[in-house]
Amino acid sequence: MGKRLCLGKGLIVRQRSLIAVTAALAAGALTLTACGSRDSGDKGSGSGTDGGETVVIGVDVPLTGDLSAMGLGIKNSADLAARNANKQNLVKGVTFKIEALDDQAQPSAGQQNASRFVSEKEVLGVVGPLNSSVAESMQKVLDDARLVQVSPANTGPSLSQGPNWQTKKERQYKAYFRTATTDAIQGPFAAQYVVNTAKKKKVFVIDDKKTYGSGLAATFTAEFKKLGGQVVGTEHINPDTKDFSAVATKVKNSGAEVVYYGGEYPQAGPLSKQIKATGAKIPLVGGDGVKDDTYMKLAGAESTGDLTTSVGAPVEDLPSAKQFVADYKAAGYKEGYSAYGGYAYDSAWAVIEAVKKVVEANGGKLPSDARQKVTEAMQNVSFDGVTGKVSFDQYGDATNKQLTVYAVKNGAWVPVKSGTYTG
Amino acid sequence: MNELPQQLVNGLLLGAMYGLVAIGYTMVYGIVQLINFAHGEIFMTGAFGALTVWLWLPGGTTMWLALPLMIIGAVIVAVAIAVGAERFAYRPLRNAPRLAPLITAIGLSLALQQAVWAWYPEAKSARTFPQISGGPFEIGNVTIQTGDIFLVAAAPLSMAVLGYFVLKTRTGRGMQATAQDPDTAKLMGVNTDRIIVIAFALGAAFAAVGAVAYGLKYGEINFRMGFILGLKAFTAAVLGGIGNIYGAMIGGVVLGVAETLATAYIADIPGMDKFGSQSWADVWAFVLLILVLLFRPQGLLGERVADRA
Repeated sequence: MGKRLCLGKGLIVRQRSLIAVTAALAAGALTLTACGSRDSGDKGSGSGTDGGETVVIGVDVPLTGDLSAMGLGIKNSADLAARNANKQNLVKGVTFKIEALDDQAQPSAGQQNASRFVSEKEVLGVVGPLNSSVAESMQKVLDDARLVQVSPANTGPSLSQGPNWQTKKERQYKAYFRTATTDAIQGPFAAQYVVNTAKKKKVFVIDDKKTYGSGLAATFTAEFKKLGGQVVGTEHINPDTKDFSAVATKVKNSGAEVVYYGGEYPQAGPLSKQIKATGAKIPLVGGDGVKDDTYMKLAGAESTGDLTTSVGAPVEDLPSAKQFVADYKAAGYKEGYSAYGGYAYDSAWAVIEAVKKVVEANGGKLPSDARQKVTEAMQNVSFDGVTGKVSFDQYGDATNKQLTVYAVKNGAWVPVKSGTYTG
Repeated sequence: MNELPQQLVNGLLLGAMYGLVAIGYTMVYGIVQLINFAHGEIFMTGAFGALTVWLWLPGGTTMWLALPLMIIGAVIVAVAIAVGAERFAYRPLRNAPRLAPLITAIGLSLALQQAVWAWYPEAKSARTFPQISGGPFEIGNVTIQTGDIFLVAAAPLSMAVLGYFVLKTRTGRGMQATAQDPDTAKLMGVNTDRIIVIAFALGAAFAAVGAVAYGLKYGEINFRMGFILGLKAFTAAVLGGIGNIYGAMIGGVVLGVAETLATAYIADIPGMDKFGSQSWADVWAFVLLILVLLFRPQGLLGERVADRA
């Protein structure tokens, strides 16, 4: 956004060079504000008791800005994992701590945070980020340092399987893992539900042009067409605005029976609201980035019947998750665990398990090349987590490929169908 | 179905909101030649002021009673912050090099954003804004949302009041005089300090009205809402001719309509389907701005002001 606007601002100044410099400077400064100050990070929890060594798990998520609801849920859940590990004294002589840095959903900030984690010797693993676009900027920095990264939320397939994942899968980075299911599964799963279960054949596809949104929209569209559906229109929105009235009018006139949106809730909510306001009473279907309780606040009462897919089975329904939900409540975090809480807990726990393996193999002490060892150990981590069995395949993706369709009902997300996509 | 009338209405509404905020930029620039980049945040605080009044009112208050109180609340908060900023941030720098107040404005913009983020309850994510109940209105095949009725009424009314004030009242004439030549105006007995404060206050009041319209239109407000909208409004002010109050409103409407039509129709031009989506609307809006400034550097309505740099 910033750069484009610099142009406008530079031009209006028709007076002398001082003002030109002024405007350029102003534009530069405004760009900076958009891309983010460095948060000094808040070092939470992990009341260390028994001297020993401290292992820091870095958390990189948006802690401010409009995606902060999801980011704070991830941070708190990772923190809870560290606390539980300390309480159980899971790894003898090692105290876990989390250090959360704010990436403001900006790739540039994510990369700075990654460099900072690399420079801090106690950091042996990173949980995050939330956004696939941010992950792209972090992967290489962390991989070069052999610092393992487990994302609870990235769903872009190319992050693990390479840019040509549709034809030739190829692992990109040995240090990148994720507990979330990819869009290669999520988009088609949504398409199957819309065509086969909801019996809707005409779709209007909208995305926000980000890595996550456009990827999801593309995999949805491909499967939707294959199932005999018709795409009656496409549109790319600008995530910086809140006025989607022009797009909403187009949707209404296209005769679509359903809207698919690849993107996140801060835009999906107003978009749904404005589409329904035109009189087009059709449901909006989104991916996991839409599944946050803020969505209903933004979309209003008309959002009843809107759908999302999200990775895994509903956290609340899994017996393995009951403990997590109870612990989370007991810990008294201010913010809810949001869509990725369970995955964030499992991601942090995967790091803890990997550290445990390394420490045990080294006779109860951290080896000098701990980062390299932890990254290697991660590949074989396997445990029963909040979201089910947690382990990773040859690309670093979660082996658990379950998805659930949720619908808005009485102002809450209600699971309507769980399953796995089988192609 | 022909969607042109609906898209024009969409653009007009968006543009009216840009215009309300743009007036603040144009008045302050016209009088002190300062681009008040904190104006977008003053707009944002106005919205939170209105929300505070709503939360303070007993639940179930009807909007017909609540809305005037909310507007008053929004105006009080926005004007207080704008006047405070003028007094403590800009006035000490009145005779400083021009970069100093500009950078102060940027700093103030950040400070206000972060202050709301940090201290307003639950402002870290979007807060819902009360809505006027009642269904949308259909005129032919044009739908107007209930929340937009406020904007339809408020924008022209505010403009009329402002026009009357500037042209007919003593203070308004003092304002024109100060804009033309502050030193001479001072010699003629115009209290320029007071005029400048009034310019800031009026701009803030208009932004506050715009902020209430924003809340009613989109149903949510957040601490970042002023950033992009402020930039758009600034663009509108430049497009219309910065320093000219009618230009601000015209510029806003032109910008809003241009963005909306670009979203709706560019994709239908053969070969342009890649450049037609909403994500390109800003690009087309700025192309328009460049074209206007190429042929009319003073903006659509602006008069060429003496080169003061």
